[in-house]
Amino acid sequence: MYMESLISFIVTEYNYSAALILIMIGMYGMIAKNNLLKKVIGMSIFQSAIILFYISIGYKGGASIPIIKHGSGMADHAAIDPTLYVNPLPHVLMLTAIVVGVATLGVALAILQKIYRVHGTIEEDEILESLKE
Amino acid sequence: MNLYGSLLWQFDLLIIPMVIICAIAALTIRDLLSATVVFGAYSFLMCLLWTEMLAVDVAFTEAAVGAGVSTILMVATALHIKRKSKD
Repeated sequence: MYMESLISFIVTEYNYSAALILIMIGMYGMIAKNNLLKKVIGMSIFQSAIILFYISIGYKGGASIPIIKHGSGMADHAAIDPTLYVNPLPHVLMLTAIVVGVATLGVALAILQKIYRVHGTIEEDEILESLKE
Repeated sequence: MNLYGSLLWQFDLLIIPMVIICAIAALTIRDLLSATVVFGAYSFLMCLLWTEMLAVDVAFTEAAVGAGVSTILMVATALHIKRKSKD
C-alpha cells in the first residue's frame, strides 16, 4: 500500500526524482573528481539541481504564468483566484540564488587560475605533491 | 510538477533525460574545453525546462547569466589552463 503510493509518487512527480539524480551527480563530481575545474562544474550542477527542486515546489497543474490578467482594469478590488497562477515566491528566491551562484563560480575560477599559475597544474594529487616538496 | 497536471509533459520526458545525460557527460569528458561547452548545453536545457514549468523570470535569468556569463567565464579559464584532464 505505502510502497505503491511511493512508487506512484516517484513516477508521476518525476521532477523531484530528476532533482535528486542531479544532486547525486553534482555531489559525485565535487567529491570524486581529481581535476579542480571538474569540481567547479559539479558544484554548478548541484546548485541548479537545488533550483530545479524549488521551482518544482512552486508549480501547479493547470495554472498560468504569475502575471495577473487584466491587471490594470482591476481597481475595484476584485478577488484573484490563486489557483490560476503558479506560486511566484520560489521564483524570486531562486533568482537571487542564480546570481549568487554565478558570483561564487567567478571567485572559484579566479582562485583556480591563481592555483594554476603557482603550481602549474590543476590536478589535486599533483598539487598535493608539489606542496610536500 | 505532475504527470497529469503539466501542460507539456511530453517535452518533460524529452528534456529531463537530456539534462541528466549532459550532466554526466560534462563530468566525464576529459577535454576541459569540451566539458565546458557541454556544461553550457546543460544550462540551456535547464532554461528550457524552467520555461516549460512557467517560471519565465528564472528562465531568462538562467539563459543570460547561467548559459551566457558562466560559460564565457569557464571557456576563458579552460583556455588559460592545460586542456587535458586526467579523469
